[in-house]
Amino acid sequence: MSQKSRPNTLALGYGRGKLEIRQFMRQRESVVFTLLFPLMLMAIFGSVFKDTIAPGVTFSQYFVAGMIASGMVNSGFQQLAIVIPMERDFGSLKRLRGTPMPVASYFIGKSILVLVSMIFQVALLLLGGVLFFGLHMPSDANKWLTFTWLVLLGTASSTALGIAFSVVPKSGRGASAVVSPVVIILQFFSGVFFIFTQLPPWMQQVAAIFPLKWLCQGMRSVFLPDGFASQEVARSWENGKTFLILVAWLVAGLIISIRTFKWSRD
Amino acid sequence: MSIIEVRNLRKSYGTNFAVDGVDLTIEAGEIFALLGPNGAGKTTTVEILEGFRNRDSGDVSVLGIDPQVRGDSARDFRDRIGIVLQATSDAGDLKVSETVGYFSHYYAGAKDPDEVIDAVGLGEKKNELIRSLSGGQRRRLDVALGIIGNPELLFLDEPTTGFDPEARRAFWGLIRSLRDAGTTILLTTHYLDEAEALADRVAVINKGKIIEVSTPTALGGRATSQARVIWEEDGVMREELTNEPTSVVSRLAREFDGEIPKLLVSRPTLEDIYLEMVGLTNGAES
Repeated sequence: MSQKSRPNTLALGYGRGKLEIRQFMRQRESVVFTLLFPLMLMAIFGSVFKDTIAPGVTFSQYFVAGMIASGMVNSGFQQLAIVIPMERDFGSLKRLRGTPMPVASYFIGKSILVLVSMIFQVALLLLGGVLFFGLHMPSDANKWLTFTWLVLLGTASSTALGIAFSVVPKSGRGASAVVSPVVIILQFFSGVFFIFTQLPPWMQQVAAIFPLKWLCQGMRSVFLPDGFASQEVARSWENGKTFLILVAWLVAGLIISIRTFKWSRD
Repeated sequence: MSIIEVRNLRKSYGTNFAVDGVDLTIEAGEIFALLGPNGAGKTTTVEILEGFRNRDSGDVSVLGIDPQVRGDSARDFRDRIGIVLQATSDAGDLKVSETVGYFSHYYAGAKDPDEVIDAVGLGEKKNELIRSLSGGQRRRLDVALGIIGNPELLFLDEPTTGFDPEARRAFWGLIRSLRDAGTTILLTTHYLDEAEALADRVAVINKGKIIEVSTPTALGGRATSQARVIWEEDGVMREELTNEPTSVVSRLAREFDGEIPKLLVSRPTLEDIYLEMVGLTNGAES
């Protein structure tokens, strides 16, 4: 019955990840909201705005790139900043804190949940984009490389920031009302629903502080023709800058999470 | 052997001493109940013992470990204790067996999840989602998660709040069986009858200080307190407080020459004693 060896942090984290996914799949609302809502948004915007915004580039293509970037914010930041306060209210966090489970395992489990739901979301958006909105899958290996680091870094910083932001909502019930507007406003400012360069300059400047604007721009560098770079604010894709800004937000998110995370309400 | 040793424990929030010089010794294998009104320092004391809060001063040893340790030593500490918090309400999208099974992985020497589920009486609910459980069944699940690691010491916080009387009796049986299997239990409760039914010893805490530690039957001089003899005479209820209830009753038996109408002999309940103790300390300071 008892072999007295300490359970492995990674293995426990992996197990928690499986449990988190199982829980996620059993909550129909969360599946619909996280996975299907972005797809519905894409369908609506893509059908309404069909203009060509540059030679060979339609607004739907521009929009789909932004929605893929948003997918990372939804599955990481939005999901965690809503779910963690709920778990705190329910007492599940305090209960975990009273067990020998390493703290890191909890966060590994959450990261696995985010990664898996993000992969599903992005795959659905890509599929919908290619089938219905003329999205071109890149043929260039370099673009796939960019896509890969954008997804990984974007998901990681979104996860860390979601955990960091989870101390902001005062209660689990109110979390959604606090977090969702932040995300939606950020989407408006960052050029998901509108063409970024057509936004008022002050909006552009605010957006440039946050990661979503850079994720959108990075995704456009993957899915839009290279010629479109000249239409961006800096007349280039600025992928190097995007990389640095995402890393900075990841580090900031990690530091804030470690310093401020709360296991119980009081 | 003492499982818990507390000397001169203090903890303040601002200028308010929540715990003001508490001494406690809890022995291996006993059920020890900590009683006290809300805000008496009960929760703060227990949370310091569980390692959830840091103390300001004093010596605390739980299973020979300072619960304030961090890192790997904290994992070793939590490996040996079990905590049943006040009613939790997890989202409940997992099955009973999944949850207990997964918690068993956290501990180095966990018990068999199926055996634990059976022991708390949830065998038939094993494959149900937690959200479908009744309040009492959920509480049993909480206990299952508290004991899955085969703890030497179990913290039980308000375990039967909201139970119907039958469920409480059954739950008490479960707690006694844990004690009989060698687990030391620190119980906090608002129900005095619960403390009386379960506890080997009780401590009353008020205003951050321990007022008395005793057995439930001897607390506050209960065992030696005056008995109350009540009977009916000429259509009115009469009562007499006495140190010798037996002689009062035999006197009455002679007077009535047989059955004494509506006879009742009682001693103060644990609740009477407790309320008197808590009331006195409150009165003394106000």
